[in-house]
Amino acid sequence: MTAASVTTLAPLRDPGLAVRSRWAISDTLTLTRRNLLVWARVPAYLFFTVIQPVMFVLMFRYVFGGAIKVNVPGGYVNFLMPGIIGQTAAFACFGTAIALAQELTKGSIDRLRSMPMARSAVLTGRLVADTLRLAITILIVVGIGYAVGFRFQNGVGPAILMVVLGIVLGVACCVIAAYTGLAIKDEESVQAFGLIWLFPLTFLSSAFVPIQSMPGWLQAFANNQPVTFIIDTMRALALGLPIGGNLWKSIVWLAGIFIVFIPLAVRAYKRAS
Amino acid sequence: MTDFSSDAAIWVEGLTKSFGDVHALRGIDLAVPRGTVLRVLGPNGAGKTTAVRILTTLLQPDSGRALVEGRDVVRDAPAVRRLIGLSGQSAAIQEELTGRENLEIIGRLYHLSKERSRTRAAELLERFDLVDAAGRTAKTYSGGMQRRLDLAASLVGDPKVLFLDEPTTGLDPRSRLGMWDIIRSLVEGGTTLLLTTQYLDEADELADQIVVIDHGLVIAAGTAEELKSRVGGDVLEFTVPDRSRISEAVAAVAQVGEGEPHADKETGVVNVGVGGRGSDALIDAVRGLDAVGVRTQGLALRRPSLDDVFLALTGHAAEEDGQGAAGGKRGARGRGGRGRAGRDVRGNGGSPDGQGPPGGGGWRSDRSESDAAVSRSAS
Repeated sequence: MTAASVTTLAPLRDPGLAVRSRWAISDTLTLTRRNLLVWARVPAYLFFTVIQPVMFVLMFRYVFGGAIKVNVPGGYVNFLMPGIIGQTAAFACFGTAIALAQELTKGSIDRLRSMPMARSAVLTGRLVADTLRLAITILIVVGIGYAVGFRFQNGVGPAILMVVLGIVLGVACCVIAAYTGLAIKDEESVQAFGLIWLFPLTFLSSAFVPIQSMPGWLQAFANNQPVTFIIDTMRALALGLPIGGNLWKSIVWLAGIFIVFIPLAVRAYKRAS
Repeated sequence: MTDFSSDAAIWVEGLTKSFGDVHALRGIDLAVPRGTVLRVLGPNGAGKTTAVRILTTLLQPDSGRALVEGRDVVRDAPAVRRLIGLSGQSAAIQEELTGRENLEIIGRLYHLSKERSRTRAAELLERFDLVDAAGRTAKTYSGGMQRRLDLAASLVGDPKVLFLDEPTTGLDPRSRLGMWDIIRSLVEGGTTLLLTTQYLDEADELADQIVVIDHGLVIAAGTAEELKSRVGGDVLEFTVPDRSRISEAVAAVAQVGEGEPHADKETGVVNVGVGGRGSDALIDAVRGLDAVGVRTQGLALRRPSLDDVFLALTGHAAEEDGQGAAGGKRGARGRGGRGRAGRDVRGNGGSPDGQGPPGGGGWRSDRSESDAAVSRSAS
């Protein structure tokens, strides 16, 4: 038999951009729903995304807080809450990386990729679900903050802006985590790697203590890293402090992260088959 | 010659794929007529999974061509995805979701309406005997139930061609039988099936054609009976604890079977194909061994195994070397760890050459077994 005797059917006509976009959106929403259902049913996920931030609030508010001198209206609890929200948002990306790595190792991405769905929906569905998850977590943490004495000092608009900025920080971290999760693939390595970059960025920042209380060499790092810019902006929005250059530096850093890591994550996803 | 291609649900020609230095596929040809079952048999790392991944559009071949229902898996991948179902080695279900939710979500991803997704999920739960468990999370399911749910998920899109990659690996015997009932009913419904397996005994079940893959090449094809006849029927096997007496033992059983006995000098395992002689051969062997006074352990007759087919077809044991291994395979499982590297090699003797391509499909290459063997030993 020769190849000539085989009839290959002509490729199907492309259904067109409109239809494909509609499917991509519907697939994204379907996977978003799936991911949120999974999140709500795994006690460990709920613990790390909700209980852990609550424990941080209580610990810093009542254990360390008395020893930390700050100069903001309302005292340490008002200083603390924007920092906790930023840290919570950043740490939420563990879930993104672990979930994507799991999906690869369990073969469920193979199932999805062999189906006539939009391939991008695995990533977009993950990020949309994680954004919603972040928003819910942050609102819970704000509620806990109110219970222990935190109060917004600057009106509703800036308060909303602060929450939005926290969510954007979280999404930026999720994009980085999506890339690392897809590139590393092994669940445990992903967790270990997450700690390596997230711990220094969040704790060596203005999140929990005034940077002036750190030794000089550490101040040099803490004063010039993106998490500090973003948390200072959030704090200024919440408490009505002068924002200065922090807002622009935050926007530039966040934009840079999206510009670099979205293509990297997409490429890692395509390669991960 | 019949032109299979017009009826072929799967048609593959000269497919190759390498991962770095590892040549997972070295030129595979297949033709599976519509509505039939092709079983792809081979050890871990033979290239089975790589072939399935190419046919299901998950991997791109380096060269060659593959058509599913006449559509090119590379150039027309979106159309192929609408025609196929895939159930892989590990259950690709979401354990935190219920059986029903799993199937409904898959339905939505096939762009069925909400209503249709719901009814399709209900149909499949009914058919796969999962109605009682439909509202429980899949985490609570047994291994067999998870596999059934996974298979159900691969059918949501009502595929014309279904790919099952080792559907029974890791299942207990009862679940395995249940799986076969389900697969049999699919075939009766007219679905074309391609199944991979490591187990020869499974190949008896409902395969129209069997293709044996080793080191990325199709080395034989035919029905289960045809393949087994090449091994020479049942196999008599025993172990000689005193390694120094192996050659005496081999001499003692030299006449009982149809083929040459062969012995593994390291493990002391001796086996010989006895064809249809069955218990007569067993009695002869006992007498022969008793006469020379060689002590043995575990003397028994058994059905030919994948190892025997591999020895007969290729001259090497199934898991002897993994050098052609790993085409996209995640984690070897199952049959490893029984090191047979020291086993004597038996030639192709006893398997008549030129058995040729059987009609009806499966093996349709111009390449003969001996060519395949030559190209392998040359590499």
